[in-house]
Amino acid sequence: MLRCAIVGSGNIGTDLMFKLSRSPLLELVAMVGIDPDSEGLRLARERGVEASHGGVDWLLGRADEVDVVFEATSAWVHRLNAPRYEAAGLRAVDLTPARLGPPVVPPVNMGEHLDAPNVNLITCGGQATVPIVYAVSRVCRVPYAEIVSTVASRSAGPGTRQNIDEFTQTTGWALVEVGGAEHGKAIIVLNPAEPPILMRNTVFCGLGEGFDEEAVASSILEMVAEVASYVPGYRLKSDPVFEYDRFETPGGVVPARVVVLLEVEGGGGFLPAVCGESGHHDGFGGSGG
Amino acid sequence: MTARFRLTDSTLRDGSHAVAHRFTEEQVRSVVAALDRAGVPVIEVSHGDGLGGSSFNYGFSGTDEMKLLRVAVETARRAKIAVLLLPGIGVREDLRKAAEIGASVARIATHCTEADISQQHIGLAKELGMEAVGFLMMAHMIEPEDLLAQAKLMESYGADCVYVVDSAGAMTIEDARRRVGLLKEKLGCQVGLHAHNNLSLAVANSLAALEEGVDQLDGCTTGLGAGAGNCPTEILVAVCERSGIPTGVDPLAVMDAAEEVVRPIRPDQGVIDRDGLLLGYAGVYGSFLLHAKRAAERYGVDAKDILLELGRRKVVGGQEDMIIDVAVELARRQRQGS
Repeated sequence: MLRCAIVGSGNIGTDLMFKLSRSPLLELVAMVGIDPDSEGLRLARERGVEASHGGVDWLLGRADEVDVVFEATSAWVHRLNAPRYEAAGLRAVDLTPARLGPPVVPPVNMGEHLDAPNVNLITCGGQATVPIVYAVSRVCRVPYAEIVSTVASRSAGPGTRQNIDEFTQTTGWALVEVGGAEHGKAIIVLNPAEPPILMRNTVFCGLGEGFDEEAVASSILEMVAEVASYVPGYRLKSDPVFEYDRFETPGGVVPARVVVLLEVEGGGGFLPAVCGESGHHDGFGGSGG
Repeated sequence: MTARFRLTDSTLRDGSHAVAHRFTEEQVRSVVAALDRAGVPVIEVSHGDGLGGSSFNYGFSGTDEMKLLRVAVETARRAKIAVLLLPGIGVREDLRKAAEIGASVARIATHCTEADISQQHIGLAKELGMEAVGFLMMAHMIEPEDLLAQAKLMESYGADCVYVVDSAGAMTIEDARRRVGLLKEKLGCQVGLHAHNNLSLAVANSLAALEEGVDQLDGCTTGLGAGAGNCPTEILVAVCERSGIPTGVDPLAVMDAAEEVVRPIRPDQGVIDRDGLLLGYAGVYGSFLLHAKRAAERYGVDAKDILLELGRRKVVGGQEDMIIDVAVELARRQRQGS
């Protein structure tokens, strides 16, 4: 078993703790926060996981007991922590939008960065949408891709809210870097409705001249099935929709777009299922419950 | 006589919805010149969904908004130029660019329950030396006390003014009065009202807000804006003059601006048709209107049914993608004959 630690005891870290407890490969040995009254740390102790509010200093004091760190703090904190993990020989899986390590989306490029000391999981919206953009760009040119993520207000914690630009910029960047679009843009909307909405993601891909509608549709369906194999709540709200018009995108004029309407029901854990696969920034991580 | 309130004309921002975000540099030049001449103190210029709004989801800008902004700044002699930014759509970089060009008022908009996503952007606006205005959209959806709590957040981030924004044009006179009244009573900063005309109450609600001591009001010339339109600037000014409320704006000059400069852009502006009325009645975000009409045509369904379903789903501003979702769903049901 790989010995893991979670840094950050907020929404995402706590939810990840529940997911790791279901993994046959990953063993959670420590949970670290900075708030002595943290609900996440209390829950960790309750489940027999060593927990400390001593922050990263505490963790680095026992670096030889840990193989992998999951960073569930915020982008700027990870930028401070990352060099210290590396110096201590700890591999980092970054669940913040810090963009230090290569961005990884399992069905697209999981095998490419197996040796990287630090991998970035982009954002939850990125994990939900980049596979679709990739599915389209592997069968035709995508001059421009755009995604809209709508998240239940309750599942967006203070870290996300105070750094909302990082969500849109990191996700938009990944649509290009990993998804294969020529230009990308991401939008996030918070919806406070009660009961909370299921996380929704809409992908728009501008389609280059000469695309084959059937090839695009079947590539998308294949990819949805692949993602659903590790995120069972991931599904299409309807078949891919093709709209023909003259769209003046930042990547040039395209004759059509495909609209992919996705819904994600979380596997449950600390955050309710409605919050999407463990809420907001974990990128469908952990055991894929 | 000094004006009793400060007027912001949003023809070149909210009105952008009504022209599918295709304002030209010539239109911006002529509108800004006419409003500036009439004495309108603040003129807002941005994509309808704020800086960075140009997209598949909201419609691509016909002309880069920074180009339009530059024309506005160059044209205005007295008026300040404002921009709108919705965190989640636009980013701080957009605000920096706008400030560099010369925009001096930053209006930062969030859904009425999500004020805390505006902290960085309001902070940056102040850092850049801009006036910062918090803009609480869809404010009809929550009780005045809850709205106050969100307004206090924006004030604590440094907002010089917080607006009650009736994005759905769904507020009755009493709704507007209670919200503005409570914010005026409890906030130290200024309070504004942004009214839409879906229920034909935009001017009336603005007058009620004035009775509560509102500091800032928004209008759009001829009402050009999302949904059935905004509070028509020239009518607001005329009514205020008739009511003995000084506006600082020349009523006849602003009427000329409306008739000769803005009216030709959308001659049919001002009609409250069934779909426009439904927005106010069902409490649906005003800028969904044209998107819903377009989707209705594309999928062979009724725009009315789309708007009602959006109201039932409690979608908020920014969720234009749900219009396609609903239209596709309605078309499928129609095919199945259910």
